Amino acid sequence: MAIWLTKDSKVIVQGMTGSEGSKHTRRMLRAGTHVVGGVTPGKGGRQVDFEGTAVPVFNSVAEAMAATGADTTVVFVPPRFAKSAVVEAVDAGIGLAVVITEGIPVHDTAGFWAHAVATGGRTRIIGPNCPGIASPAASNAGIIPADITGPGRIGLVSKSGTLTYQMMYELSDIGFSTCVGIGGDPVVGTTHIDALAAFQDDPETDAVVMIGEIGGDAEERAAEFIQAKVTKPVVGYIAGFTAPPGRTMGHAGAIISGSSGTAEAKKVALEAAGVRVGRTPSETAQLMREVMTRS
Amino acid sequence: MDLYEYQGRELFARHGLPVLGGGVATTPEEARAIAERLGGRVVVKAQVKTGGRGKAGGVKLAERPEEAQARAADILGMDIKGHTVHRVMLTVTADITEEYYFSYLLDRANRTFLAIASVAGGMDIEQVAAQTPEKVARMPIDAGRGVDEATAREIVAQAGFPAEVADQVVDIAVRLWQAFVAEDATLVEVNPLAKTTDGTVLCLDAKVTLDGNADFRHPDHEAFEDTAAVDPLEQLAKEKDLNYVKLDGEVGIIGNGAGLVMSTLDVVAYAGEQYGGVRPANFLDIGGGASAAVMADGLEIVLSDPAVKSVFVNVFGGITACDEVANGIVKALGLLAERGETVDRPLVVRLDGNNAEEGLRILDAARGRPELARLEHVDTMDGAARRAAELAAGV
Repeated sequence: MAIWLTKDSKVIVQGMTGSEGSKHTRRMLRAGTHVVGGVTPGKGGRQVDFEGTAVPVFNSVAEAMAATGADTTVVFVPPRFAKSAVVEAVDAGIGLAVVITEGIPVHDTAGFWAHAVATGGRTRIIGPNCPGIASPAASNAGIIPADITGPGRIGLVSKSGTLTYQMMYELSDIGFSTCVGIGGDPVVGTTHIDALAAFQDDPETDAVVMIGEIGGDAEERAAEFIQAKVTKPVVGYIAGFTAPPGRTMGHAGAIISGSSGTAEAKKVALEAAGVRVGRTPSETAQLMREVMTRS
Repeated sequence: MDLYEYQGRELFARHGLPVLGGGVATTPEEARAIAERLGGRVVVKAQVKTGGRGKAGGVKLAERPEEAQARAADILGMDIKGHTVHRVMLTVTADITEEYYFSYLLDRANRTFLAIASVAGGMDIEQVAAQTPEKVARMPIDAGRGVDEATAREIVAQAGFPAEVADQVVDIAVRLWQAFVAEDATLVEVNPLAKTTDGTVLCLDAKVTLDGNADFRHPDHEAFEDTAAVDPLEQLAKEKDLNYVKLDGEVGIIGNGAGLVMSTLDVVAYAGEQYGGVRPANFLDIGGGASAAVMADGLEIVLSDPAVKSVFVNVFGGITACDEVANGIVKALGLLAERGETVDRPLVVRLDGNNAEEGLRILDAARGRPELARLEHVDTMDGAARRAAELAAGV
């Protein structure tokens, strides 16, 4: 078992015929993901060959779901069209939408989130501006490199792509149940809390690494949640102690506004909740190694 | 992007919000000309992207044009919380009897928008919010439904606006929401929203933050960018489509991925504590691809900063494997040599992830080239940060 994405997940790719979409569809297939279709309006009926695997293209998410039984979509649609792509996936009632696209206006993200909530919250949205979700040796939905780590019993939730890869790499000898990149935008569909709750309930996850960064108060809220609801060990890392206030550090959401959203405040909140926070990614990996070898 | 007040006011006016007549000046003479055009008594306001202007002496009244010129001369060049005043805005005056507060903003935590309104507006709104939060109404706004007249009435009622101004504030609340959405803002704030002696309600200040991700549908927003106030290296980086933020340390940083680069800054700062407090000189994320051309552009920008004493290239080979990254670094240094740039400062490279060994082999094989003379490789991120700090400190 893993959270949200398992070996049985049937994945479609919105924007599969674009350059990013096709590149990563090929990678997902190589990783063993069941990519059962692509969606590009106006290109329905074609097939795309990926190293010998023919993947059918559909005009809409609903059509793709009806034909293939897909339960997961990965969205590579450019920012301009991303909102309507996600709204379409939500309206089709798909269970999981992983939005990789970077640069979506926050009004659009807030718009598709509001739409998802208003229509009953049937679709879990991960992202936008995220690397996706990977359950090693089972399935991979997004752009997380599949060969960094094998399966194991650590869960990982992170705002950052490359820090996720770094952590997977450092702990690759122990392995991961599921790695979730929730994205670096100010508004994201799945939060640290959602992932922590799922890992807490997952019988195949023993401990969780949580990676945060400056901006907003998601980490502080996660700390409260950990204190109240999480009994499994959690190790944390926060990036951005040296970031100056008022400057966006790469991710649209990574900005200290006035005195709120600082790395220090997040670290203090997590430590108060009993989470050990590493000073560097390697130190954090070491803390997790101690947790996993003790048990 | 945060706008200056005069830009926010212009944007408000475009959306039919009631603002005072005025103009913006960069010299005392221009200020005088605007005061003459406006006629009568004017307010001269420093244009800086920070609060507390009034308390800092950046807002002054002037009875006549020559006085406006003198006040503008006082304010231009002033330093307000580290911001130098390069422009003043002049507006006609209003006789204010009450000051309110109204804003819409992005509520990250609740993944929606928020209306904040208070009848106790003016200079000390932060204090009001902290000490008497009951005087500040906060209402979540559904991104799908937005603010129509009925919603605006709810906000106005909740904040307790007096009956005689309620209709006007409702109208302003609806228009302000329209501006918020139409311009892809993440903040529109009016403080004060003022009632004048004749009972009219006016927006006397305009604080606006625009979402850079939405620039593709707002070509007009480019005009709001204050390129003169941008660090020249940041401007150059922007032209090359690089994600660079100038900082004040000595260790140049290049990495891939926003989170990893932020983390690299921190790790370098920790390491620097052992070496006389050297710190990162910049943030530079060259993205997942890390191609030779992008690496060369990045190195060029980082090395253009005279404060940089060493450079730390920290790459995790994920989607792009380390052999490609290593080839990128070798080619980048070659490109720089072709451009006549000498890499005269030490370069510490850390490569980890996919095909790391092959990447190192490529760096080693190229070792004989003169442009790689100052390149060192260190295995771990923490170790490489220490080495880069040590080199920057000149130990």
